[in-house]
Amino acid sequence: MGQDGIGGAGLQPLVLDHVSITLAGRQLLSVDATIAPGAVLSVMGPSGSGKSTLLAFAGGFLDHVFCATGRVWNGATDLTALPPQERHAGLLFQDPLLFPHMSVGGNLLFALSPSVKGKAQRRAQAQAALAEVGLDGFVDRDPATLSGGQKARVALARVMLSKPRFLLLDEPFSKLDAALRQQVRDLVFANAKRLGVPVLLVTHDRADAEAAGGDIITIGDEAP
Amino acid sequence: MLRFAPTFAIAILCLPLLAGTAGTLLPAFGYLPAIGGDRLTLAPFAALLAEPGLFRSALTALATGLVSTFLSVAIVALFVCGWYGTRTFATLQHLVAPLLAVPHAAAAFALAFMIAPSGFVARLLSPWATGWDRPPDLLIVNDAMGLALVAGLVVKEVPFLLLVTLAAIPQSPVMAALPLVRSLGHGRTLGLLLAVWPGLYRQIRLAVFAVIAYATSNVDMAVILGPTLPPTLPVRLVGWMNDADLSRRFVACAGALVQIGVTAVALLLWIILERLTAAIGSAIADRGLRGQRERAVRFASGVAMALAATVVFGGLALLALWSVAGLWSFPDAWPQSLTIRTWEKSLPSVAAPLANTLSIAGLSTVLSVIIVLACLQRENETGRTGGNRALLLVYLPLLVPQIGFLFGLQLLLVSGGWDASLGALVLVHMVFVLPYVFLSLTAPWRAFDRRYEAIAIGLGASPSRVFWAIRLPMMLRAVLVATAVGFAVSVGQYLPTLLVGAGRFPTITTEAVALGAGGNRRVIGVYAFLQLALPFLAFAVASAVPALLFRNRRAIQAA
Repeated sequence: MGQDGIGGAGLQPLVLDHVSITLAGRQLLSVDATIAPGAVLSVMGPSGSGKSTLLAFAGGFLDHVFCATGRVWNGATDLTALPPQERHAGLLFQDPLLFPHMSVGGNLLFALSPSVKGKAQRRAQAQAALAEVGLDGFVDRDPATLSGGQKARVALARVMLSKPRFLLLDEPFSKLDAALRQQVRDLVFANAKRLGVPVLLVTHDRADAEAAGGDIITIGDEAP
Repeated sequence: MLRFAPTFAIAILCLPLLAGTAGTLLPAFGYLPAIGGDRLTLAPFAALLAEPGLFRSALTALATGLVSTFLSVAIVALFVCGWYGTRTFATLQHLVAPLLAVPHAAAAFALAFMIAPSGFVARLLSPWATGWDRPPDLLIVNDAMGLALVAGLVVKEVPFLLLVTLAAIPQSPVMAALPLVRSLGHGRTLGLLLAVWPGLYRQIRLAVFAVIAYATSNVDMAVILGPTLPPTLPVRLVGWMNDADLSRRFVACAGALVQIGVTAVALLLWIILERLTAAIGSAIADRGLRGQRERAVRFASGVAMALAATVVFGGLALLALWSVAGLWSFPDAWPQSLTIRTWEKSLPSVAAPLANTLSIAGLSTVLSVIIVLACLQRENETGRTGGNRALLLVYLPLLVPQIGFLFGLQLLLVSGGWDASLGALVLVHMVFVLPYVFLSLTAPWRAFDRRYEAIAIGLGASPSRVFWAIRLPMMLRAVLVATAVGFAVSVGQYLPTLLVGAGRFPTITTEAVALGAGGNRRVIGVYAFLQLALPFLAFAVASAVPALLFRNRRAIQAA
């Protein structure tokens, strides 16, 4: 796995190869799609439609009660054959979920690959990642003292620093207020595009899906 | 490694239980070659039945156990239904909760020091109200009916049942039901009793059964508070087990089987009582009684709850006071002088029991916590919880009278030459510590937001790194509280320490109970105070360590 440039890992497309997920015999979704590097695929559906299970399947966290078929590829790598920690799925949820027992810097260092050696070098990279989301000088802060928008940006910096092969976004903007929402949304998509990471977004909000600017799949239509 | 954790836990919970029960069963029928019993016979039972007052001893054990459980459940039910959600409820809940950490023996002494003829209550009322200028010749503690024992059991079981009930409330729509029953015109107590309590009770049923098992078969509280002529069956059994005449072991084992029977009968009667109460409840509901005149009932349940806390805390303060009292004659309510002489004299003899207590409690608790964490982590990985069957297994050591298998376990260890070893003691303590650690850690563990783990794994962390760097630090507070609970349980263990330690490993608790017979209040004060201080220290450490470690992390402080 290339740790020295985003190049190797980041520039591969994410392929959802005839993925189908069922719960107790009932089909929740069926998706067959390719997401190019830097592009976004939005999956829309009402809450309870099971759209999050698609992310769980790609990331390797699908609960045992669900039954899934099909493969997920990152270029020529079969992700479904890899244990979750080797898939390098960057996750963003509607809550920032910063690790509360670590400082902001600690959160970033946790994400940074161990192949980056040397304390000073590691700290410098964490600081650079923070600067990139406009939070220069926040390294030693307690995450609990940050505003909602700042937390969301730290979460983004954390996930980008881990050099993910692809991003899985689960309603990541739904808890932000309107003004902030626009801002964070643009930041996330701009970062993904700049680094060439394919993005799978699930949302119930059409505005999110449209702002993403990619293909939109709608599931769970028949739900009451 | 993790794969074997559940099996290992089940082995710790069940093997001593099974081996011990078998080890009790054979001698009960006369088979124990080590002391000359080499054929099966009913002679031990014949000898047992010839004991004077045996029936009465068994009956007091049964009656005190059942009555105390009934009172405890009734107080908790009325209190929860009458007060849940009020400020009084929150206050009393916080007052009562620490009582859980008080060892049974210390609570018994606390009660005795309060209500004895020369106790604090009599002193407060004398001579102005009672006219007594010397302690009256009344049998209040150790009364023949076992009322003092019932009171002791109630003050100790109410906090336990209350906490178990509070843990069950989130799964039960108490608050949601309140406006509903009110709008139907019911008083809150009766309304909630009919609408919500049955569901809550179903969830705490195993805990109630554990209370019955303990209350009918306990030795430590019965020695201090129970009747003496004759004592309850469990107390007499332990006497026979420790008799210099080895042949009395056979009678003790036969008696232990009878004790299992007594507890079984108590459980059976309780189940009948459950049916009866349910029938009465639905009859009341069907008749549409509203129970609006509930003030007296509400008031009584609140007072009972407050009294439980006051008596024990007051009694514990009293114990501490006695340990530093100089001359303190009746009916003075305060000693004439304070001195540290009792402490100075006791300290040399306290050192060894204290060291034993700390090492046994420390080892058994740490090992139990490790096993429970391994089981929960395994559950995390497989997604299988083990469900109700696992819960029953965890409760199993709490549902069987300790005497039933401890006698056999002691005899087995003696014949193997392993008795009175630290290892055996730690193992036996784990049988009782493990369930409490498990019960206290499971709920917070399962409530953890697993998206944190998903994120960490997505960031490339291995499962073991996620455990050590994310899950464990974030759950540190819950883990330490479970550790403190386990530590308190171990410190309070009397019978396992006495029997398996064979007198070679005296602890603060066994010494305190042994001193109870002597009646030197100042020395009892020293030991009971230590018995109490140890669990409280453990809980203090459990709350101080995360506060210190995460002093700059607000979110985890609040959690």
